[in-house]
Amino acid sequence: MNQSALNELSALLPAERVMTQDAHLAAYESDGLTAFKARPRAVVVPETAEEVIEVVRWCHEREVPFVARGSGTSLSGGSLPVEDGIVIALNRLNRILEVDPIDRVAVVEPGVINLDVSRAAEQYGLHFAPDPSSQSICTIGGNVAFNSGGAHCLKYGMTSNHVMGLKAVLATGEAVEFGGRSREQIGPDLTGLFCGSEGLFGVGLEFTLRLLPKAEDFHTVLAGYGSLEEAGSAVSAVIESGLLPGALEIMDALAIEAAEAAVACGYPKGAEAVLIVELEGPVEKVAAEREQLDRILKDTNSFEVRVAANAEERMTIWRGRKSAFSAVGRLSPDFIVQDGVVPRSRLGEALRRIGEMSKETGLRVANVFHAGDGNLHPLILYDGRVEGGLERAEALAGRILEMCVEMGGSITGEHGVGMEKRDFLPGMFSDYDIAVMKRVRAAFDPKEVANPGKMFPGAEAPALSQHGLHPLEKAGVISRE
Amino acid sequence: MSERPVSAEDVAAAVRGHSQVCAVGGGTKRPLVGAGVPIELSALSGITEYEASEYTFTAMAGTPVGEVEDALRAKGQYLPFDPLFVEAGATLGGTVASGLSGPGRFRYGGIRDFLIGVQFVDGRGQLVRSGGKVVKNAAGFDLPKFMVGSLGRFGIMTELSFKVFPAPVGSVTLKVACPDSAEAMERLAEISSSRWEADALDYQGGEGALFLRLGGPRKALDLLSQEIGNRWPGEVTRLENGAIWTDVKEARWGAGTHLAKVPVTPSRIVDLEEGLASLEGVQSWYSSGGAVAWLSFDGSDREALDRRLTDCGLAGLTVRGEGGGSPWLGQRESGKILGAVKIALDPEGKFPAT
Repeated sequence: MNQSALNELSALLPAERVMTQDAHLAAYESDGLTAFKARPRAVVVPETAEEVIEVVRWCHEREVPFVARGSGTSLSGGSLPVEDGIVIALNRLNRILEVDPIDRVAVVEPGVINLDVSRAAEQYGLHFAPDPSSQSICTIGGNVAFNSGGAHCLKYGMTSNHVMGLKAVLATGEAVEFGGRSREQIGPDLTGLFCGSEGLFGVGLEFTLRLLPKAEDFHTVLAGYGSLEEAGSAVSAVIESGLLPGALEIMDALAIEAAEAAVACGYPKGAEAVLIVELEGPVEKVAAEREQLDRILKDTNSFEVRVAANAEERMTIWRGRKSAFSAVGRLSPDFIVQDGVVPRSRLGEALRRIGEMSKETGLRVANVFHAGDGNLHPLILYDGRVEGGLERAEALAGRILEMCVEMGGSITGEHGVGMEKRDFLPGMFSDYDIAVMKRVRAAFDPKEVANPGKMFPGAEAPALSQHGLHPLEKAGVISRE
Repeated sequence: MSERPVSAEDVAAAVRGHSQVCAVGGGTKRPLVGAGVPIELSALSGITEYEASEYTFTAMAGTPVGEVEDALRAKGQYLPFDPLFVEAGATLGGTVASGLSGPGRFRYGGIRDFLIGVQFVDGRGQLVRSGGKVVKNAAGFDLPKFMVGSLGRFGIMTELSFKVFPAPVGSVTLKVACPDSAEAMERLAEISSSRWEADALDYQGGEGALFLRLGGPRKALDLLSQEIGNRWPGEVTRLENGAIWTDVKEARWGAGTHLAKVPVTPSRIVDLEEGLASLEGVQSWYSSGGAVAWLSFDGSDREALDRRLTDCGLAGLTVRGEGGGSPWLGQRESGKILGAVKIALDPEGKFPAT
């Protein structure tokens, strides 16, 4: 960026909050999907919504691409910078503006950490239901942009189900307010449309979140199985019983090994798969339902069933599950986390085929998944230092995604399409479906400055390799000397 | 002149063949029908996929909600948001387009939270799919949610996919008599945040009573009902059956010819009640834990109500009642962005204006 452009941008914010030095920029090159890197031209750190609006307006006028970013935990490369574009780091917009126990809402800024919402609501016996595994670091802005999930989606839905209203600056610079404080609304659901738009519409500045009462009691069961299939059958048995557990999770042997090494969660020894089932609700209801669940699990082939006797034991069970992604990092220098969805009844088949593909390619795959909603998280282990290692892992990831689509599922359950899966979008949608999505995107962002290169496949993506003129050059902001 | 397509392709052809069209389902919410050649969707009916173990089904837009509920009930499942006007003949498509949910939205969310996929015809007369058919999916923009409450202004839905839940094995309805609306709101707040986990929680303004529904195993319900009874001695009655909820879903509780939906929050209800006090013909019913006010009134009160809602800073949508005119009441909002999305999906203005 030449001095005059930098001056323009710098005039919008105090100098120390506009970073342009390589040493600073390097920290923003990647997000949770470390396989990709792109160096932004500048990182700006606004402290108020007004500052964000100013920056976005400048980007729109100058046609400079920008990416809004929270903690950078996206597993789909959603917050990967645009090469030579601007990163808007929202971490300082981290105020919880309000927690209202009567209307049961929290109003928060985008940089607020997911878990902090529940912490703030706890004094009223309320909580924020979406709980991605990264909830102690990921931010609400990113949760909303990518419609994040977690272990409790079957019963409580994803992030978008918990956002009732929002303030945002659209990519055009227009400041808008969608929805409101009520759980109900009239007119088209723009809040719902904005959620999961992967940053392509603009930057969310304030969110009104739905708070739910915290469950009084939990019944958390950990069951060990001799095979993934048996664990899968147990899931079907639970689902068919008419129970609606808060969570139904499975981990395979490799994931267990990793979690064990990382957090010593003490899962059943020798298990090829463990199933976590959690019932929740008022004591009386859990008491009645646990009898039913115990009967069901007794009839499955579990070789060990462990029930959390208290909150601490419950946390130990969950610690193993929630640490799984990062724990796998101990088994391998690099790994890719996949996020496909298959119809639940085909989980067993999907896992078998993933196992076959793993053998065929010689790449180890650990499986951790939300069994209740068919959301798979195969972790593909590879060594990025070996030539072609990443490419082989990506090829396997691609085959898994194609399998999910072929089975009638989805390429992403909760991580979003982002950078990583954009080439697979056409597997799920027709050319015309995608054309319509692009028209909607153009309504919000006619100049394609907001997080370009994500979600949509093909030529429009400048994110990984920059060919031709630099965006600032095209805008006439800079020129080659 | 009207069209009665028998397939999604037919709907697309009908949109291409006319300059102005408007989808019509069961005709249970007349004020929401806009101008244009009516596209009657009654022949576009039937459940096309239902796999109970997946917790999902897909049906054509003209399918009566009652038919869906019967099919789900046979497998011990249900639509937890309590769709409205089922007995009156509401269709799935009309229910989505109007964006209406019943008392059950309190516990697990409204229709927006259970719709997972749509196929619709856009203003160019082309079929578009968005969302999916599995319970969890984050691929692409969430146009299904945008369609909720969109009143057919952006497209005509032809097929819908929903997530469903296992129905509670038992349920119990309790009536909590309250001395006044302020006290009622305190109790409503207490119940909402309580450990009891009510499935539905409504407040009848005139009667001054809260109604709550608990779902689950019978043994647990008895214990919980007992505790709630002890919380407000002498004021809690266990009702014989859940007929009250059908009255809410069919809007039979009000005497007016018109019915409007007004999104509110619990903290606004006392204000609104005071605002409505001088409008004698207006009756109110607060549903979903105080998230929505249903107002029953006669056409002659429409203007006064419109002004009163504006004064309160609230907006409403008239969903029932003859007389034509705009269905919108109270505060109007119009953002540029909605116009831009309209042009993106319906460039020639085939569907009624937003």
